[in-house]
Amino acid sequence: MTKEQQVFTILLCGVGGQGTITAADMLAKVACAAGLECKVSEIHGMAQRGGDVTTVVRFGHGVNTMVCDEGCADNIVSFEVVETLRNLHFLKKDGVMVVNDETITPLPVLIGNGAMPNHARERLLDVGATLIPASQIAREAGTAKCANVVLLGALAVSLPFEVELWEEVIRNKVPPKTIDINIAAFHKGYDYAQGA
Amino acid sequence: MQLLSGNEAIARGAWEAGCHIGAAYPGTPSTETMESFAKYSEVYAEWANNEKVALEVAVGASAAGARVLVTMKHVGVNVCADPLFTAAYTGVNGGLVILAADDPGMFSSQNEQDSRYYAMAAQVPMLEPSDSAEALSFARDAFELSEKFDTPFFIRSNVRVSHTKTPVELGTRTEVPIKDYQTDPAKWVMMPAFAKPRRKVLAARVNELRRWVEDCSYNRVERNSDKIGIICAGSQYQHVKEAAPEASIFKLGVTWPLPAQALRDFAASVEKCYVVEEGSVYLSEQVKAQGVILDEFEIALPETGEVHPSDIRVSLGYDQPEHLPVQEDVPGRPPAFCCGCPHRIVFKELSRMKAIVTGDIGCYTLGALPPLSAMDVTLDMGASVSMAHGFELALDRNENLDRRRPVVAVIGDSTFAHSGLSSLLSTVYNKGAGTVCILDNRTTAMTGQQGNPFNGVTLQHRESNELNLPAILEALGVDKVHQVDSYDLAEVRSAVKDATAATDRLDVIVFQHPCVLLDKSKKPTFVVSDKCTACGVCTKLGCPALSVDAETGCAVIDQTQCIGCNQCAQYCRFDAIGPC
Repeated sequence: MTKEQQVFTILLCGVGGQGTITAADMLAKVACAAGLECKVSEIHGMAQRGGDVTTVVRFGHGVNTMVCDEGCADNIVSFEVVETLRNLHFLKKDGVMVVNDETITPLPVLIGNGAMPNHARERLLDVGATLIPASQIAREAGTAKCANVVLLGALAVSLPFEVELWEEVIRNKVPPKTIDINIAAFHKGYDYAQGA
Repeated sequence: MQLLSGNEAIARGAWEAGCHIGAAYPGTPSTETMESFAKYSEVYAEWANNEKVALEVAVGASAAGARVLVTMKHVGVNVCADPLFTAAYTGVNGGLVILAADDPGMFSSQNEQDSRYYAMAAQVPMLEPSDSAEALSFARDAFELSEKFDTPFFIRSNVRVSHTKTPVELGTRTEVPIKDYQTDPAKWVMMPAFAKPRRKVLAARVNELRRWVEDCSYNRVERNSDKIGIICAGSQYQHVKEAAPEASIFKLGVTWPLPAQALRDFAASVEKCYVVEEGSVYLSEQVKAQGVILDEFEIALPETGEVHPSDIRVSLGYDQPEHLPVQEDVPGRPPAFCCGCPHRIVFKELSRMKAIVTGDIGCYTLGALPPLSAMDVTLDMGASVSMAHGFELALDRNENLDRRRPVVAVIGDSTFAHSGLSSLLSTVYNKGAGTVCILDNRTTAMTGQQGNPFNGVTLQHRESNELNLPAILEALGVDKVHQVDSYDLAEVRSAVKDATAATDRLDVIVFQHPCVLLDKSKKPTFVVSDKCTACGVCTKLGCPALSVDAETGCAVIDQTQCIGCNQCAQYCRFDAIGPC
């Protein structure tokens, strides 16, 4: 990925209720603050009841479609391991993945109507994903609720935006009392991905 | 510059146009439009109990001189089709704009419909924006156009326009005075004597619209290569630009009526001319009907679901980007009842007694999925009650049945207000017997906790009448009305048993418990003790917090998800589940 690239496509995936839409909103605000055109495509309704969800953020110059097709995502930001596997084919060749190292068992598996995929984490590592214990890092920063900000920090390493821009957006988006915690969480995610 | 969803942009456009009044019934992907409109202090906005009522409120307000916005999902247009077709005859006084939000791909709907067929059939002109900037400007203009042509105007969106945030430039509100109202039966009383002349007015108006659409600013040609030309509208325009940047494009902003001459001229100017559309063949058929000779793709676009840029590339024979293979072993993750959902026990009990369950539209349609698997049929809003009556009539006449399974209709509070009430009225009138369960969770949950007549919450938080559901049922003449806390297993079981045992009686059970998303109070979570015998009963409740320990087979409760609802504990015969 280069900074000259015209349009970036970021696919955020997870389980309904995990906060992909909130994370996508922050990313979009950063892109807008950087003076780029931006589109955020969300899915509402029935899927939100614990189903698999994806949100697509596209930004750059001349953004047309709002969807992400196979092999088109520059980055995947995944809130859950199984959902990363479900969306793997959307990743562009040499695309970058940051994944919350957590697994939420789907209901069909809980009731014995399905099995978990084998060696899920290893398969993700094999294709170059960065697995991040985002919830644990978030708890260390102050609250498990900012796991999405940890993931955004990890994403930020591979995007052409200044850290100050991210900090500004976080400051304006999160409750005032949690600004410091969220900014710390962002940096921990950033450092983790940079070290990985 | 701001990022707004298509829905927020339509609301903004209506507000900027000085729109005075909004009415709607919630439905994905349209819901946020009216919610967003309602936040402007200058406007009055309300949830109606269904789309037909919403449109009739709107036609009344328009006749009386106000600018009015009505919003609905595609299937809502079916519900309001009756007033719609005749409102095309009466025309308007104040501008009247109707949003029809389609759901190709069925993210949250029971079918795929193309609302453009309604525009054509009712002869109501339709604007179709491709992003939020157009959604705002088209909505703003639509009110003036509605008044200029004396007709309601449709705006059509789909899930990709309604739920995609794109940049918009905000304008200011133009205050428009409410027009004078004067009695004019020849325009507004649609009986044959007056409707016949209005039919001619409609025909003349359609001719006028056909002339207007030839060079209106909403349609435009983007000239590129002469080799390939693509006619498209809405979100498909964005996909076409992505997939075929070299193509010349005829971008339709008005999808009924179509600009016949302009389309013919465009087709003649390119070597190959295609239509790209999703979910139906409305556009290609109608473009052909204008005398345009279209080329066919060698590989046709998908006939069902969404059309994405990758589909367009396949049809044009272009290369696809490399990608990792689809991982075949990933288990499905269908949506499920939330932890603590008050619908769970009701469906578990209906499943246990092997009832024939006629279902309805709402979160509770998820009761059809394993492990509860307690639904036989779901069709449309309110159908549970009327279909149950149909089941009863037919099963009663089947002499070959040795044992009759009970028939139970299941409907939510908001859906009952939408159209279940009139179904029940008809069952009572015809002396129908059976069991109807109304799952009163105090909200319209699936679309995001909207108000409805039975919770007495209104869109702009005005004082309301919270309708007394059991009293209405009594007044209707239902034989027996039960009121049950749906969290109480013993009560639920006894009520369902009593209601279904009586075969010559019409019973309605009102299950009352608020949606878990309304109650944010923290309760102690539940845990499984060493008394667990690994019997597997609790894990068959389909609670996302309950799983089976792979080694012991015992139940495990995920403490991060459990909300302490006590439902699973009531099913445990070994007293192994209790508060933490």
